Amino acid sequence: MAPRTSAEVSGMGHSMKRKEDPRFIRGQGRYVDDIKLPGMVHLDIVRSPYAHARIKAIHTEKALAVPGVLAVITGKTLEQFNLHWMPTLMSDTQMVLPTEKVMYQAQEVAAVIATDRYTAADGVEAVEVEYEPLPVVVDPFKALEPGAPVLRTDKKDKKDNHIFHWEVGDRAATDAAFAAADVTVKEQIYLPRIHVASIETCGCVADFDRAMGHLTVYMTTQAPHAIRTVIALVAGHVGLSEERIRVVSPDIGGGFGGKVPVYPGYVIAIAASVVLGKPVKWVEDRTENLQADSFARDYHITAELAAKKDGTMTALRIKTLADHGYADAAANPSKFPAGLFSICTGSYDLKHAFTEVDAAYTNKPPGGIAYRCSFRVTEAVHAIERITDVLAQKLAMDPAELRLKNFIKPEQFPYKSALGWEYDSGNYPAALKLAIDTIGYAELRQEQAEKRQKGELMGIGISSFTEIVGAGPSKQFDILGIKMFDSAEIRIHPTGKAIARFGTKSQGQGHETTYAQIVAEELGIPAAHVQVEEGDTDTAPYGLGTYASRSTPTSGAACAVAARKIREKAKKIAAYLLEASEEDLEWEPGKFYVKGAPQKAKTIQEIAFAAYTNHPPGMEAGLEAVDYYDPPNLTFPFGSYICVVDIDRGTGAVKIRRFLAVDDCGNIINPMIVDGQIHGGLTMGMAPALLEEISYDESGNISGGSFMDYLLPTAMETPSWETAKTVTPSPHHPFGAKGVGESATVGAPPAIANAVVDALSHLGVRHIDIPITPEKVWTILKEKGVAE
Amino acid sequence: MAKHQIRVKVQGTERAAEVESRLLLVHFLREVLGLTGTHIGCDTTHCGACTVLLDGQPVKSCTVLAVQADGREVTTVEGLEQDGKLHPIQEGFWQEHGLQCGYCTPGMLMTGYALLQANPDPSEAEIRQAISGNLCRCTGYVNIVKAVRYAAGKLRPNPA
Repeated sequence: MAPRTSAEVSGMGHSMKRKEDPRFIRGQGRYVDDIKLPGMVHLDIVRSPYAHARIKAIHTEKALAVPGVLAVITGKTLEQFNLHWMPTLMSDTQMVLPTEKVMYQAQEVAAVIATDRYTAADGVEAVEVEYEPLPVVVDPFKALEPGAPVLRTDKKDKKDNHIFHWEVGDRAATDAAFAAADVTVKEQIYLPRIHVASIETCGCVADFDRAMGHLTVYMTTQAPHAIRTVIALVAGHVGLSEERIRVVSPDIGGGFGGKVPVYPGYVIAIAASVVLGKPVKWVEDRTENLQADSFARDYHITAELAAKKDGTMTALRIKTLADHGYADAAANPSKFPAGLFSICTGSYDLKHAFTEVDAAYTNKPPGGIAYRCSFRVTEAVHAIERITDVLAQKLAMDPAELRLKNFIKPEQFPYKSALGWEYDSGNYPAALKLAIDTIGYAELRQEQAEKRQKGELMGIGISSFTEIVGAGPSKQFDILGIKMFDSAEIRIHPTGKAIARFGTKSQGQGHETTYAQIVAEELGIPAAHVQVEEGDTDTAPYGLGTYASRSTPTSGAACAVAARKIREKAKKIAAYLLEASEEDLEWEPGKFYVKGAPQKAKTIQEIAFAAYTNHPPGMEAGLEAVDYYDPPNLTFPFGSYICVVDIDRGTGAVKIRRFLAVDDCGNIINPMIVDGQIHGGLTMGMAPALLEEISYDESGNISGGSFMDYLLPTAMETPSWETAKTVTPSPHHPFGAKGVGESATVGAPPAIANAVVDALSHLGVRHIDIPITPEKVWTILKEKGVAE
Repeated sequence: MAKHQIRVKVQGTERAAEVESRLLLVHFLREVLGLTGTHIGCDTTHCGACTVLLDGQPVKSCTVLAVQADGREVTTVEGLEQDGKLHPIQEGFWQEHGLQCGYCTPGMLMTGYALLQANPDPSEAEIRQAISGNLCRCTGYVNIVKAVRYAAGKLRPNPA
């Protein structure tokens, strides 16, 4: 669709160069670790070598004797203020610092405050902790067996390690559909623990001003406003009242969900600043980041699909065991303990479905959903897209044909899914057909057949995913009771320039550009003249932050609505200036003109000037508006991805030869930025599919706890991604957009896994768990007698 | 802890300081000289966010001691712009959307700059090889490759 505005205005549809980039390419970004305040001291953390142990004693004398060490904080210190435990976003509790026992390897045990970071590290080395090791539970299945050691001994009535049972759908009708099915398939699918590993780790500078009783926290957070409220709720009893708390989220070096939770380090730094009356900086290192911060996945899924002989899918049944670590600290909306996993019916018109999730405590760090995904959508999509291929294989049907046969049809939208969602819009056959035509699917199948004759291993994998993003409508979505609206505030200055502030917080998504483009589209003010600000709770309107692809569906929508409120007032001013009635005025981007007399016009800049210098009698001066947008529904982006792999029979290495992503995120604000989001999302989808995994041995020792063995994709493994688009606008969003930041992370893993299994399907291979490492593939090749 | 007097030429200007033996070059740049454009992203020399040029060669400044830079020349991201004019590698990253969160960007810029000094017309494979020690979590590298190609095109003398 051609943009409505000129390149000078750069409204929607323009690939405007990013407004935030000039500071980043000069090394002038301002990240948390760049902040240096007068008198600032440094915090470093003592961590547990054991996965489960009683703390017998913590000896701090030697640490306190290190020159430059100012204080050592333990759980006992915090206990005096009742700050040694804190609530999680899922109404569970987790430790800030332990007073009794540690529950996972690398858990915080004590904190050392010193004059510089090297001395703080010296202090950490000098703290001596006596532990008594306790039995370790790492397997969630064993955790739920009778007689398993009960981990949460802090909870008086807790007699087991079960956290919750959650289910949705009609179990009886689904069971009946399975009983009546011609064909059923069943697969165990495990999605292991992974970690977002944004290149900037987490940290903060907490600055408590004793004289004013005022706390400022510069913090790596994706949700500064919610964090301010959480601090007030957790620490209100020690005098931190919300009007005296300011949270500033400066430039953020990648978030991907890992910077939503409140980690103990933040709380300890705040407590230390309050106690010492000095600014305290805490910045974790990479190893701490990987070993202790929120993980994602760890879902043990059993997926079953029922169908007729002709391939018509009839029912889906999924049972899952979730390993949450020692606390339920997943940052889900409060009413959704398994997130939005019930999107697992995917892109298919499934009449019957039932899914259930049980969650268990284990001796691992808490977390659960932080990896560039809208609350367990990745797990859901992997399950449905993998089991769909298993069905195709059993029926000996082409996986593209099976998908086309079962897609929800374009005319069925808005579509009510068997598990209760109302999909807003979609055209699934169009996306898959575009992917098939663009990549030359028939030719690739031909090539594959020829290669098989020669013993070469080539696979083609498809994933036709549906996402669910933009949480969310206040009737269902809240976090600790705070509804998941989001906000925009726009002020037009007398010279026709604007400032716009939002409740969200960019971590690289380019909000300073895209939000300015929305204002440009709605008001005709050049995007270059719109200053966008986020992340300072003293100035920005309240909002729930940026994660789960919610910025465009919520704050982006609020931006358009606020701009339209401004346009309404601008129309009244224009009518006054033109001595015309409002009904006689027409709008085109940037000006109102009198119908039939286009020379009689007032530009938005002229109107803005008049709003402060010559406003109509009886009208308030100024030109500004605020909107708190409560989305009527979520948005449902979708796409079809096709991946082509070649497998080395000598090493088992999987090489992605081609990967085409056809995405549909509705109307697009900035095509360049959307493609950038897709490229990055695909790479973060490839990562767990082929490389990344965090696992634990029986004693709870981590593997994948540093970049030595947690393998992020480099430019060498990453293919040159191909992208294409279809456009199916959201009918309920003010400008028809859907979220896009996470589509590719969600859609890519099953496309890659399906391609690898496809390459080996003639050998009888039906499923391989991710990450599909060379070792796993080579072991299969060896078993099948085709390894070279 | 022993202290050492060092003199390091940073963006062509000599800077002197007394530093501990163990002080890393990246901390010397960030905390002693206040050049915070060079970032820290890991503790195992994998991510490359801290890449700077030492006597013209890209190094990971988290794995060089400040004392090892004594008497040598260091160029950081802050030294790329000359006389208020962006270097073509900076232009390329802006033009081709070669950055998102900006955190790995300084290291990528320095690695890309060094590559183009050594190889004015690198192929895609050569660019990917050169930046393989710099991790980016946002871009998927596609536009970084384009950004380096853009800079190569800008730096090449125009054919007569």
